[in-house]
Amino acid sequence: MNVTFSAEEVAFRKEVRDYFENEFPQDILRMQNEGVPLQPEDLIRWHKAVNEKGWLAENWPVEYGGTGWSPVQKYIFAEERARANAPPVLAFGVNMVGPIIYTYGNEEQKRRFLPDILQTNVWWCQGYSEPGAGSDLASLKTRADLRGDHYVINGTKTWTTLGQFADWIFCLVRTNSDVARRQEGISFILVDMKTPGVSIKPIVLLDGEHEVNEIHFDNVEVPVENLVGEEGKGWTYGKVLLQHERTNIAGVARSKFRLSRLRSRAQKSVRGAAPLAEDRNFMRGISAAEVELKALEYTELRKLASVAAGKAPGPESSILKVAGTELLQAIDCLEMEAAGYYGLAYVRDQFVLDLPDEERVGDTNQATAALNYFNNRKQSIFGGSNEIQKNIIAKHVLGL
Amino acid sequence: MNFSLNEVQLMLADSIEKFVANDYDFEQRQKYSDSETGYSKQVWQTFAELGWTAVPFSEDDGGFDGGPVDMMVVMERVGRGLVVEPYLANIVLAGGVLKRAASPAQKEKWLQPMMAGELQCALAFFEAQARYDINNVETTARQDGDAWILNGNKGYVLNGGNAELIIVPARTSGDPANEAGIALFAVASDADGISIRDYATIDGQRAAEISLQDVSALELIGDADDGYAVLKAAVDDATLAICAEAVGIMTVLTEKTIEYAKSRVQFGVPISSFQALQHRMVDMYTACEQSRSLMMWAAMTCADDPAAINALKYQIGKAGKQVGEEAVQIHGGMGVTWELDVAHYFKRLTAIRHMFGSADWHLDKLAS
Ligand SMILES: Cc1cc2nc3c(=O)[nH]c(=O)nc-3n(C[C@H](O)[C@H](O)[C@H](O)COP(=O)(O)OP(=O)(O)OC[C@H]3O[C@@H](n4cnc5c(N)ncnc54)[C@H](O)[C@@H]3O)c2cc1C
Repeated sequence: MNVTFSAEEVAFRKEVRDYFENEFPQDILRMQNEGVPLQPEDLIRWHKAVNEKGWLAENWPVEYGGTGWSPVQKYIFAEERARANAPPVLAFGVNMVGPIIYTYGNEEQKRRFLPDILQTNVWWCQGYSEPGAGSDLASLKTRADLRGDHYVINGTKTWTTLGQFADWIFCLVRTNSDVARRQEGISFILVDMKTPGVSIKPIVLLDGEHEVNEIHFDNVEVPVENLVGEEGKGWTYGKVLLQHERTNIAGVARSKFRLSRLRSRAQKSVRGAAPLAEDRNFMRGISAAEVELKALEYTELRKLASVAAGKAPGPESSILKVAGTELLQAIDCLEMEAAGYYGLAYVRDQFVLDLPDEERVGDTNQATAALNYFNNRKQSIFGGSNEIQKNIIAKHVLGL
Repeated sequence: MNFSLNEVQLMLADSIEKFVANDYDFEQRQKYSDSETGYSKQVWQTFAELGWTAVPFSEDDGGFDGGPVDMMVVMERVGRGLVVEPYLANIVLAGGVLKRAASPAQKEKWLQPMMAGELQCALAFFEAQARYDINNVETTARQDGDAWILNGNKGYVLNGGNAELIIVPARTSGDPANEAGIALFAVASDADGISIRDYATIDGQRAAEISLQDVSALELIGDADDGYAVLKAAVDDATLAICAEAVGIMTVLTEKTIEYAKSRVQFGVPISSFQALQHRMVDMYTACEQSRSLMMWAAMTCADDPAAINALKYQIGKAGKQVGEEAVQIHGGMGVTWELDVAHYFKRLTAIRHMFGSADWHLDKLAS
């Protein structure tokens, strides 16, 4: 047993660290540090910058423009990215639909879609969930009926993250209702958001942000060539993807960054208050979270080692989602504790660059604490809720 | 042994419940919260007309002579209705100071109009460096002839942007953390040298940052170096009040979650049929009942034993987190939407958790 990094890996870490310190758009990092929300143009800009470096598609094979990184390299990259407080990649294009297309799509689809995903020329969103189909995704009702050379789509997708900016949506749709297992009638299809009959309605989340949407399909005609893989196989493709999502969901690097930031902030006096480090309860809270984090990190490393040894990520990765989101939500609570009354201010127009601290109600960290806490409640709900993850572990790991 | 409310309390409870049911639905509440002042002046007037603003004041002062149990009755219903009108800031906090320390002339000038709904008040109990220690007061007061001159900064002043009268704890002597040497001053919100930054809070209410630069106070309220006991008593009242509010909120969240779980179908069955969720709703219910019991105990005993308030706030801090987070989680995506009232109950509960001392802070008080 050993967890030391090889000389190459150490060199790689240095290269990545240098990149974030010098090359990555520094204004994006400042926005991150000051709690300034990134606008779509900012997101596109930094995605393009990372792609120019060749580091956007961590998971993709080299032949499609991916990094070809080993699991350890990905781990190091995630850690360095978090350490720089750089934003995570927007998953929908590069981490979700991209892998489905290069795995199950035909050559024409690969040529047509992959380069634009890599270059962030096209913004993708994910159309799985429906008002009636959340945890029970297989009950989805959005229909795609084959009519000659196109499908006609009718139905409603919901919770579509950042769909308001999307150019394309990848959907799970029902192409056949006359099947033994509901899952068998589901297909994976790509839809241009500009197609007539697609309409979008905003859903504002509890923090006041327009983050998700409801999308209606009213006789939307989609050419058959937009179907990925075989009709009726969409569920299988989607499931592979979900498992993929789950391995990345532990958020170890981000939690590590946040805890170390919290620990160092605790040494300082904020606005004249005694340093939090003098509050034993608070420091115990940080230490407890650090212990959780270490356990999570080693659970993930064990997972990485077994994937590196050629094993597929199995249902065990569900524990990473559960433990990872519980930890990140616990860190939200610590940040709330640290913020005290100033975590309760809701002054949204103060999230702008270079505003002097005196002009803010609470410093940046205080001002964002409650908003993060509220927004992150979603973490245990989406991507397969924590209850569903536990059902998966119970059934598929423990055989209950 | 008797845990039931008396007739007067039942009437009080009933009148607030009726008001909330008939005239204060969630949409209305959101409108009031989004308005310029963050509350409805008309609703506030109704509060005054129905006598709710008189509850904690003595009959001599024109009040209802209510004690902690009466306050509990009011605030639990304020919680259920997710009421944003500044009852806590005016009646409990500012009122808590005025009723204890104001002279008859001062009561006439400020307490009476406040009870009549004609004067908005606030108590500036917090400073940025103080966290939850209300004895930590750096704002200074110095005497200049007949006048008291105040300098300093106050944060998170509830209703501070609406208040015409702000009660400002300031230090007349001693170190910033001393309990002695704190005095309470009445300050006009339009006094020279005062600047007030009003802002919304995460729970749909309002607070303000207030800075005082050579501000001449209107009057000293009570003793010139012994205001702390009054301040502490008012904040204790307010702590009990928000705990009762939290019990109201937790009860609503538990009811709404049960109702939602029964109606939300996934996998062909209501999600309420999953035992994994059933036990969690049982835990929510248990947390509510335990909190309610402790609230009743605290309301009955806090006059003799103020530490009961610490115990209650500790319990509410823990239970509020649990019930709020579970309510959201069991509602799934719906639970994190702005549109549904559940998130707003959760946010108010969260604010309550962090006001007047966290669970840990209160547990420390009990332990020491
Ligand atoms: C902010 C946000 C962003 C999202 N983004 C997207 C997106 O971009 N694209 C997309 O397709 N979807 C997205 N989703 C949808 C997300 O995947 C669903 O919310 C999730 O699958 C849960 O479904 P639901 O909200 O309908 O909750 P429900 O399925 O109704 O669940 C309600 C509660 O019941 C529990 N529950 C359900 N079944 C069981 C069971 N068998 N046993 C025990 N407990 C159970 C759940 O865990 C939850 O606590 C997003 C959701 C959110 C909140």
